[in-house]
Amino acid sequence: MSIRKRRKDGSASPPLDPVAANGLLDRRALLGRGIVIAGAVTTGASTALTSAAAEPLTNGPWSLAPGVPIPPYGQPSKFEQKVVRTLSNPKLEPRGSAARTPHHLLNGTITPNGLHFVIARGGETEIDPDKHRLAIHGLVKQPMVYTLDALHRYPMVSRIWFVECGGNSAPLYSKEPIQANVQALHGLCSCAEWTGVMLTTLLEEVGVDPKAKWFIAEGADLPTMNRSIPLAKAMDDAMIALYQNGERLNPANGYPMRLLLPGYEGNMNVKWLRRIKLVESPVMAINETKQYTILRPDGKAWQFFFPQEVKSFITHPSPGLNMKGPGFYEISGISFSGNGRISKVEVSADGGKSWAQAALQAPVLSKAFTRFRIPWNWDGRTAILQSRAMDEAGNVQPTREAFIAERGPPRGTPNVAAFTMEHCNAITSWGINDKGEVSHVYA
Amino acid sequence: MSMREMLALATGLALGLSVADAADAPRFGQPITPADLAPWDISIAPDGAGLPPGSGTSAQGAKVYAERGCALCHGEKGSGGPSGPLVGGGPLNSTDRDPVKLIGNYWPYATTIFDYTRRAMPWQQPKTLTDDEVYALTAYILALNKIIGENDVINAETLPKVKMPNRDGFISKYPDKH
Repeated sequence: MSIRKRRKDGSASPPLDPVAANGLLDRRALLGRGIVIAGAVTTGASTALTSAAAEPLTNGPWSLAPGVPIPPYGQPSKFEQKVVRTLSNPKLEPRGSAARTPHHLLNGTITPNGLHFVIARGGETEIDPDKHRLAIHGLVKQPMVYTLDALHRYPMVSRIWFVECGGNSAPLYSKEPIQANVQALHGLCSCAEWTGVMLTTLLEEVGVDPKAKWFIAEGADLPTMNRSIPLAKAMDDAMIALYQNGERLNPANGYPMRLLLPGYEGNMNVKWLRRIKLVESPVMAINETKQYTILRPDGKAWQFFFPQEVKSFITHPSPGLNMKGPGFYEISGISFSGNGRISKVEVSADGGKSWAQAALQAPVLSKAFTRFRIPWNWDGRTAILQSRAMDEAGNVQPTREAFIAERGPPRGTPNVAAFTMEHCNAITSWGINDKGEVSHVYA
Repeated sequence: MSMREMLALATGLALGLSVADAADAPRFGQPITPADLAPWDISIAPDGAGLPPGSGTSAQGAKVYAERGCALCHGEKGSGGPSGPLVGGGPLNSTDRDPVKLIGNYWPYATTIFDYTRRAMPWQQPKTLTDDEVYALTAYILALNKIIGENDVINAETLPKVKMPNRDGFISKYPDKH
């Protein structure tokens, strides 16, 4: 074994012996510890961890001349043009559009506004903010209309919350593992800091009739998309969001205002919000009857399945991000739960036979992305990576086997963009072959 | 600024805050009457509340379906196109193929057909159909699915009484049941 450990404070370092099969290391092993990994891991394969000597350094042209003027609105480097959403409907044919977040090309927990996932029924709605109105009516003492300027006069709060489409990860409900990357499989979830007015602030002003048990939220988009939401959620933590990561909402994410129902199915977080009607019972809109209902094996369907349940997936490595030879890697990924904070994420490198606890990157916030990381010494042989998240409510991310036992076996292998199942949160498996290629597998 | 001025300012701030505390919560909404709100109040409950005056039959609906180019997306007689069919749908507990959720085999409420057509169709020109046209298209779709008769009239009274085949096919997960 030629891994040397060195700590500046001289205290004992966690062992660098694997804590689970196939080379998973203690989550604390390499965190801020001045670790030096040198030489080779004695696995039989050629596993030199130090590269060939570096070439002599020279000045690049960017060091020998001025750059370009600073743009008024900064864009990512021109070398990052591949970091984009994938579009299901780029020519805006008469159907819905999906834009998926490239999780394999991002890190951290906050999704840039231009890369936040989108599902839209009628394209990106362009709304003149001065002409937009929010009406609140129905079972209230005084129906009211709010301008955007008026909403800016109320106390605001900022919260970091994920939003996940009810149909995210649907391609995993398939007979055969669909060969696609993490963007195609899990790209319909994102996380941002949202700033706005809590819905309770406005409900206090209009006065809630005690008969009201639900509210209908409706957008100003093509189908005036509407959903029924329990009033209890409004009283709990619903927000009328005006800002996304510090700037006004992105047009595709509801400019100038949207509803945020932290942890609840994405579709309920109505974008381009223009109307809230308090009612006694659900309105039975298309998106709570035909769509976003979960057909069970017995032919009955779950309706009003609101929280997005505990989930995690590994983004690094993942399909398309192949290994570059044996040695040290950081496995990292995203975890979240619509039922609160993530309490623990475990990672397996042997298809779920043995597990090691991953480090959770602070801050670990309720109903927000939590990045997990764990060091891994890959020996160059085949491995199957999995992650398994738990939340503070005690929910554990199910195995694929357990998920299918509840939902029934998939009947076919659908198109990767199809939505044959909703609320899919089973464990994802990445297979790594001895060439270091990563693929989607079932384990 | 002298200490005295600072104290005066602090006192003023404190007074200002106490006035704000004593006042009601901020109120910046503008009251609106139900009549002024009506153009946006398009919700239709499954019991029919909110359905407008007007009526239509399947024959009238077939005419609107042709005139408004519905077949471009939904096919002749709702048989299917880029936006999927409006008729058909097999058993929902099939074990050999993924069931397709369609109006005839899945939708629990007929009012949802009227509601969605009125708010969202046709895709290129939503909210341009008259209420009579929406009733007629609803009748046409229901008749194509053999849920109502060819000559049945659909209006605010008859539509909520249409019992959809899968009316009892749903189980609410809210509040969560375990």
